[in-house]
Amino acid sequence: MAKETKTLNLNFGPQHPAAHGVLRLILQLDGEIVEKADPHIGLLHRGTEKLIENKTYTQAVPYFDRLDYVAPMNQEHAFALAIEKILKIEVPIRAQYIRVMFCEIGRILSHILNVTTQAMDVGALTPTLWGFEEREILMGFYEKVSGSRLHANYFRAGGVHQDLPKGLDKEIGKFCERFPKIINDLELLLTDNRIFKQRNVDIGVVSKQDALDYSFSGVMLRGSGVPWDLRKSQPYDCYEQFEFKIPVGKNGDCYDRYLCRIEEMKESVNIINQCLANLPVGPIKTDDGKISPPPKKEIKQSMEALIHHFKLYTEGYRVDKDEIYTAVEAPKGEFGVYLISDGSSKPYKCKIRAPGFSHLQAMDYLIKGHMLADVPAVLGSMDIVFGEVDR
Amino acid sequence: MQNIQDLEKILNSELNTKIKSSLIKHNQIYLKIDEVDLTEVILFLKTNSKTKFRQLIDITAVDFPENEIRFKLVYLLLSHEFNQRIIIEIEVKEKEIVDSITSIFPAANWMEREVFDMYGIDFKDHPDLRRILTDYGFEGHPLRKDFPLTGHNEVRYSHETKKVIYEPVKLEQNYRNFDYESPWEGTKYIKEQTKE
Repeated sequence: MAKETKTLNLNFGPQHPAAHGVLRLILQLDGEIVEKADPHIGLLHRGTEKLIENKTYTQAVPYFDRLDYVAPMNQEHAFALAIEKILKIEVPIRAQYIRVMFCEIGRILSHILNVTTQAMDVGALTPTLWGFEEREILMGFYEKVSGSRLHANYFRAGGVHQDLPKGLDKEIGKFCERFPKIINDLELLLTDNRIFKQRNVDIGVVSKQDALDYSFSGVMLRGSGVPWDLRKSQPYDCYEQFEFKIPVGKNGDCYDRYLCRIEEMKESVNIINQCLANLPVGPIKTDDGKISPPPKKEIKQSMEALIHHFKLYTEGYRVDKDEIYTAVEAPKGEFGVYLISDGSSKPYKCKIRAPGFSHLQAMDYLIKGHMLADVPAVLGSMDIVFGEVDR
Repeated sequence: MQNIQDLEKILNSELNTKIKSSLIKHNQIYLKIDEVDLTEVILFLKTNSKTKFRQLIDITAVDFPENEIRFKLVYLLLSHEFNQRIIIEIEVKEKEIVDSITSIFPAANWMEREVFDMYGIDFKDHPDLRRILTDYGFEGHPLRKDFPLTGHNEVRYSHETKKVIYEPVKLEQNYRNFDYESPWEGTKYIKEQTKE
C-alpha cells in the first residue's frame, strides 16, 4: 500500500548552534530527504561597504577585522595591498615577512576553528576543547603584536603598525615546535574515526566543473582537485620566497576538504618557521611621511612630524584616482577588494568579495538529495562565517 | 602564463565591434562594452579556448549620481588556465533592465540579487530576483550615494506592545562629516557670515 507523503517545510536557524552564526535555512523535506534549501542571509548585515565609503583609508581598516572574524589579519591584507598598488608603495621586507607570518597564523586560527567545530557538528566534542586551547595561544600572539585578540587593526598601507615586541618571535617558534603534535592528536581523533568518516565521506560532493561554475575558491576548490592557490599562482608580498605545498583533494567531499585543511595547517607552520628563520631586520613600514605617521618620539621634536601626524589622523592620506581589484588567499578562499578611489582621502567605492558568499550560494545544489542530518556536515565543511557573508 | 598584451590583442581582434575600449592596468585587463553585448561577450570569454575565463569572481555596481548614465556595472572574471583577470564594465541608466548571466554562470544568481538589493538595478530573466542582504520589507537601496548612512528606520523591542517595532531613526547627535581637506579656508558658515 502506497503511503501518502507530503513535503515538510523546516526552518533551520537563525538561532541554531550548527548554523555557525545567523543563517536562516528554509528546508523542504520529503521525510528525511532534503528537496530544496533556501538560505536567507543578511541577518548580520552591518553595511560595511557603505561605512567604508564614509571613512578615511586608515579608519576603514578595522572594518576588515569584523568580516571574517576568525582570521582578521588576512582581510586587512587585501585592503592594504589594494592601496599599496594604487599608490605604488614599496613595502619594507621585514614588514612583508611579518605580514606573511601573521596571515599564516590567521590561517591556522581559522582552520582549527573549522576542523574542530565540524567535528562537533557530527558528534565529537573533544577536538574542539583541544583546538581552542591552541587558538587561545595564537590569539595571544595577536594581542602581543597589536593589542587586541580579535580585531587586530594591525596592517597598514605600506607595512604594519608596529614592530614585533621583544621575544615574540621565540614564543611563536616554540608554538611551531609544539603545534604539529597537536595536529597529530587531532588527526588521531578524527582521520580514521569510523563515525567521523561515515558522516563526511561522500557527503556534499562537488565536481571540478561545478566548483568553477559556482565560483568556489580556497579549500572548496582544491578539495575537488583543482590546484589553485593565489599564494602560488599570483604571489603577493614575499610569498614567492617560501617553499610550501598546496594540498589538493581527490573526491571533493566533506572528508577531503577536512584533510586539505589539516595539511594546510602543517604547511602554514612550515611557512611560519621559514619566516622566523629568515626574519630580516629593518623598518616595518614605509618611510613616506605622507602615508605612514611619524614615530611618537619625533612628534615631540620635529614640527614637520607634528604636522604630518595631525594631517594623517584628521584628513588621512589621499589616494590617486584609480580602480583596482586585489585578492588574497584567505583561509576560506579568495578574498578580494575592488577599490575605486577618487583622489580624496576616502574610498569612492569598496566592494568586498567574500569567499563564503559564493560557497553558501551553492547550498541548494550541495544538499539536494541528502539527509537532514547531513546539513550541518555540509555547512561545516563549507567553512561559513557570517561576518563575511553578510558584510 | 599567457602574455597579457597578447590576450588583449586576441580580445580586440575577436570582439572588435563590441569593445568600446580596452586597457591594461595593474596587470589586469579593463574592458568597456555596450550593455546589449553583455551576455555574448561573457559567453565568449567563458567558452573560447584562447581566453577560458571560466570563473566569475564578482558582480558589483558603482553609483555616479551626477552622471547622466548613473550606474556602472562591473563584472570580474578569472581564468585559471592563463592566470589572468579581466574587469568588464558596462554603463546602465537608472531603471534600465540588464540581461542576467545566471544561465552562463550559476554563481551570478546571488551576486545579481545583491546588486539589485544594494543599487536597485533590475535583471532580465533572473530566476529569483529578491532582496538578499537587507531586512524583510526593507525599502530603498543602501549603497546608492543618496541613501543616508544612518538609514531611515531603526528597530527595537517594545515592552508596551511586546513585539519588535520599526521607528524612524532618531539620533542624539547627527552623523558629523567634517571637511578636513580645506581647514585653512575657514568653515562655510563663517564665510557666509563675513559675506553679509
